[in-house]
Amino acid sequence: METSQPSRPDDSVIEVTDLHRRYGSGTTGYHAVQGVDLTVGRGELFALLGTNGAGKTSTMELIEGLAAPSGGTVRVLGHDPHRERAAVRPRIGIMLQEGGFPGDLTAAETGRAWAGMTSGTRPVEEALELVGLAHRRDVRVKQLSGGERRRLDLAMALLGRPEVLFLDEPSTGLDPEARAAVWRLVRELRAQGTTVLLTTHYLEEAEELADRLAIMHGGRVVTSGTVAEVIAGRPSRISFELPAFGGTSLPPLAAEVAVDGRKVTVQTTDLQQTLYDLLGWAHRHGIALGALDARSASLEEAFLAIASEAANQAPPQAAPPSGTAAPARTARRRLIGSAR
Amino acid sequence: MTTAVPTATGPTTAGPRSTTARRLLALGRAEATLLLRNRTALFTALLLPLFLLFTLRGTLTQQAEDHPGLDVDSLLVYGSVGMMLGFVVYYNLTAAYVARRGELVLKRLRTGEARDIEIMLGTAVPSLVLALLMAAVIGIGGSVALHLAVPVNPLLMLAGLVLILATMIAMAALSSSFTKTVESAGITTMPIMLVIQLGSGLFIPLEVMPDRVADVCRLLPTTPAYQLIRVGWFGTDGSSAATGFAGSWGTAAPHLVTAAVWLGLAVWGAVRYFRWEPRR
Repeated sequence: METSQPSRPDDSVIEVTDLHRRYGSGTTGYHAVQGVDLTVGRGELFALLGTNGAGKTSTMELIEGLAAPSGGTVRVLGHDPHRERAAVRPRIGIMLQEGGFPGDLTAAETGRAWAGMTSGTRPVEEALELVGLAHRRDVRVKQLSGGERRRLDLAMALLGRPEVLFLDEPSTGLDPEARAAVWRLVRELRAQGTTVLLTTHYLEEAEELADRLAIMHGGRVVTSGTVAEVIAGRPSRISFELPAFGGTSLPPLAAEVAVDGRKVTVQTTDLQQTLYDLLGWAHRHGIALGALDARSASLEEAFLAIASEAANQAPPQAAPPSGTAAPARTARRRLIGSAR
Repeated sequence: MTTAVPTATGPTTAGPRSTTARRLLALGRAEATLLLRNRTALFTALLLPLFLLFTLRGTLTQQAEDHPGLDVDSLLVYGSVGMMLGFVVYYNLTAAYVARRGELVLKRLRTGEARDIEIMLGTAVPSLVLALLMAAVIGIGGSVALHLAVPVNPLLMLAGLVLILATMIAMAALSSSFTKTVESAGITTMPIMLVIQLGSGLFIPLEVMPDRVADVCRLLPTTPAYQLIRVGWFGTDGSSAATGFAGSWGTAAPHLVTAAVWLGLAVWGAVRYFRWEPRR
């Protein structure tokens, strides 16, 4: 199947401007979403990442039109999803974080009921087949496993052949095989032009699926862009343990080095050169580096760094220029290399 | 999950546009299936009202001893019909709303195309059908068996029927907001159930009550709609002599007003307090 790039970037399906959501009022109120801006183009798969309580689901609910924002605007397919829900709902599909299907109906009966409430549906059998539940059609929902229930939820979201699909943590509770299958399905839907907005805990999922992503913290978007853009400028990481006898001091490295007892963590923007310098030094001195591990910058690294940066600021604000990620609470010394 | 996603232009045809009628039907059908599979709910819906009928018969016979003018046959059939309409809809539906809210079904339904009012009414479909069926069987069967007169003003009966059912739905929605679990619905519905049974003129006709008490009862939420049914059926609410079709409108007018006011209040309360998802 051909992969279609987001055809026209200006053809945005979801437009969110300065979005706010407050629960309660006054000093007891809670400001869950604090000025979020997002744009998702047609056919794009956009992932919303964030720590627990970052405001992902609150933001999703506003974009889905389940609640009215306290401030700012949302446009989905050119309409206000809350006030003009009749225009928007038939064209979107929603999967909530937690399914809500009566336990005493079978999967097929659930599908039939949903089909009766949805415009332009695909056959129920087809929807169940898409998520691999066709053989469980006559099993009551309460007897389905947690993962099967998630997939039923996904099938219901797909029932109306939505142009825009909202998935709130779609793969939570799935075993690795089912997760891979859901990823395949989502990728296929995207390839057919479905716009997807999803939230996830799994950074791997975002890395695997997303055209673009945003990382939220404290109700704000801290950083956004393609995976490459978000990772760009984030350091690679080398970690190892020095031998117990010690005595040798580390070589000068063009990197940031953190020592915690025998454990050493090096963060570098030039992984190959730093690794070469380090291994050369170890070889010359006959030192065995224990638990040696070297990895390129990943979304996970970037995410953790951004989360801890954001957590160190109160109130949370946009992240400072990257490259200063710091593992907290470890002794640190900067050894600017002169060797090269 | 090996199948490819069929495209919109693929061999399968898209279903029709969703309409209010289709949505109510789909929801009602699902809800009916659930009712049939839930032994407790089914038992409460079918057998408890029948048990109440026997109590009703006993109470009315007893009252007739002190009030010789009382038309026990008519009141028995009328009271039974009233109990069916009130009890089956109000109690069942309160439990149904609580159960669906607890399972997050209401929240999930709101993500679809159905509007809030459609979700409320769709869930009520089986309770309404069941109540109307039972009321019809008892009303028609009882009238024929006991040789009751033909209703004086069917229009008023219809108005009373619609008002009582609508009020019951709204009050069920309201009661469900104050009910955490299906099990506790028995307790939270008690006040209204007592009002329906004792204060609406069903078990104890208003005319055998002391005047003061009767006046208060006439103002209770469910009384006026029931009185409309009674006036439409027999041409009198018991406070004066029976009239014909034309005269029944005059007798019914005040009940129409109070019934409408109560319905308005119940709907307002339901909209104001109804909760779509459990409190966290």
